[in-house]
Amino acid sequence: MLPEDRADLLYFRYDGGGVVIDGPSMLVRKSIGEHVSVSANYYIDMVSSASVDVETSASPYEDERTQANVSVDLLHGKSTYTLGYVNSDESDYKAKTMFASVSHDMFGDLTTISFSFNHGQNEVFRNVKENGVVANDPAFKEEMESRGYSVGLSQIVTKNLVLSGQYEVITDEGWLNSPYRSVRFFIGTDQQGQQPEIYPNTRSSNAASIRAKYFLPYRAAIDAMYRFYTDTWGVVGHTAELGYVHPLDTAWVGGNWIFEGRVRYYTQSAADFYMDIFPRADYSNFMARDKELATYNAITAGVGATYEFKIERFPWLSKGQVNFRYDHMMINYDDFRDARYSLGSFGTLPDEPLAPGTEPLYELRANIYQLFFSAFF
Amino acid sequence: MRIRGLLVLPVLALAATGCSSIEPWVKPYDRENLADPIMVFTRAPISQDFLDHVFESREGSRGATGGGGGGCGCN
Amino acid sequence: MSARTVKGIVKGIALAAAFVLPAFATSSSGPAPAFKLSGRGGKSIDLTQFKGQVVMINFWATWCGPCRQEMPLLEDIYKKYKPMGFTMLAVNVEPDPKAAEAWLGKLAKPVSFPVAFDVDSKVSKAYNVAGMPSTVFVDRKGNVRVMHKGYKTGDENFYLTQIRSMLKE
Repeated sequence: MLPEDRADLLYFRYDGGGVVIDGPSMLVRKSIGEHVSVSANYYIDMVSSASVDVETSASPYEDERTQANVSVDLLHGKSTYTLGYVNSDESDYKAKTMFASVSHDMFGDLTTISFSFNHGQNEVFRNVKENGVVANDPAFKEEMESRGYSVGLSQIVTKNLVLSGQYEVITDEGWLNSPYRSVRFFIGTDQQGQQPEIYPNTRSSNAASIRAKYFLPYRAAIDAMYRFYTDTWGVVGHTAELGYVHPLDTAWVGGNWIFEGRVRYYTQSAADFYMDIFPRADYSNFMARDKELATYNAITAGVGATYEFKIERFPWLSKGQVNFRYDHMMINYDDFRDARYSLGSFGTLPDEPLAPGTEPLYELRANIYQLFFSAFF
Repeated sequence: MRIRGLLVLPVLALAATGCSSIEPWVKPYDRENLADPIMVFTRAPISQDFLDHVFESREGSRGATGGGGGGCGCN
Repeated sequence: MSARTVKGIVKGIALAAAFVLPAFATSSSGPAPAFKLSGRGGKSIDLTQFKGQVVMINFWATWCGPCRQEMPLLEDIYKKYKPMGFTMLAVNVEPDPKAAEAWLGKLAKPVSFPVAFDVDSKVSKAYNVAGMPSTVFVDRKGNVRVMHKGYKTGDENFYLTQIRSMLKE
């Protein structure tokens, strides 16, 4: 069956590690006849960044990323064919992705098998500040390409249990790092220097996930997920998530409430060419200090509430929802140090700079807020 | 990468299941709980897409975050 | 390479689909399995009480979208053909009749045909209900003639064709 018709309007805010990103996201999905469904999403990230990397190497910046996404679903018998396109634009990164997938219901509608493919072509630019004006450096333009293939299987196991598994392979080729980031290295035993990071120009990854959702007899649902990730850069990641959804029939107040709680645990081991501080300059042919490739543990816990209602005056609205969701993310890095203790912040050294390599390990705490309205028709 | 060969295999295996003598064990008239709106994996795609993006831009892992299935199986 | 891979994937799916495409309407023969269920308003509903009439049995549930969508059409069909020896018989397959009673009570166009509650799914099993909704046409002699799975806009034309031809017998 085609996905249901809906319109959503979201306001989100991410606040953590010196970075604030907020913005709107709008989604509309509408079926045309009984075989076609179209969807469009428009999303804006307004970034205000003074992250720990930015503090130790550049000046605070503001940027805006706009993403537009359109897709079409075609239902033919028991199969659904999907075709879509995503365009993402920010001042120094332009990404275009096309995706296609097929899914097929079989075996008395107990089993759904799906295949999907995506292909992205991105352009990387570098912003420089001249006379107080930020613009792309005309001498810098790089490209990268990404291809992903996935196969998924969803299986109804009992009248109360659904299982779903997915395997995805992604290959990136081209310029895969950041034009702004550097790595650091020891000079002697207590001094440090910085040089631009150097990444391989290919990256191939495999990810396999399994998820389960179980209906509890008093009308609630519990779900669990596990994903295993590995790639040719040596990153190994484990993701585990547990969730609980609890509806309350409070029709006597004019609507119903749905509450949700979720805990996500993520752990990763660093890429082969990652080091917080290299023993010397030009240590190896690939060098990275991106905390995204470090060794760390993260826990994200979230709660959500949805109020669902109908409006007599609008019979075409089959239901409306007001949703709120709060997540708290905690990341503790095992091999990424807070270099502000030695390098200072935006070029200003600390009063008593620590020796490089002795700074405390970095910890990130972030608050994520979402407020969104959904209309179903 | 022998992706093409790999992907055709599970399809044929499942096609064979379709013609075997195993009957679907959850009958269409028993799908009440599975059809409950709280039983979808993703209640709000707009919110899930945003969170997936938050995690993917801070983690080294990517992929295998989607998935469907379940539901009422009507029609 | 990528275009060929996608084509290969699609061909694989088409091959699998060829093996598992369902039949939407099956012709069956044989007597319609007898049943006696309690119905709406506490009344008892027995299939044998409709012998001599053309009976359209519709298996439905409140949680099934297409079932809810087709209900007003079933009421129209019932009203039109009842005088000619036809009856509609809706069989609700939910274990608790409360949800069905509540939903029927709130309808803008109430149904006037009998509704029975198959709380332990015995009748659904006896009729091999293989999709929701399922519609079974039983002739005046009490034999099952056609079974139709699912409901899509326009299926009511198929229903009318079956009813008219069976009423002539």
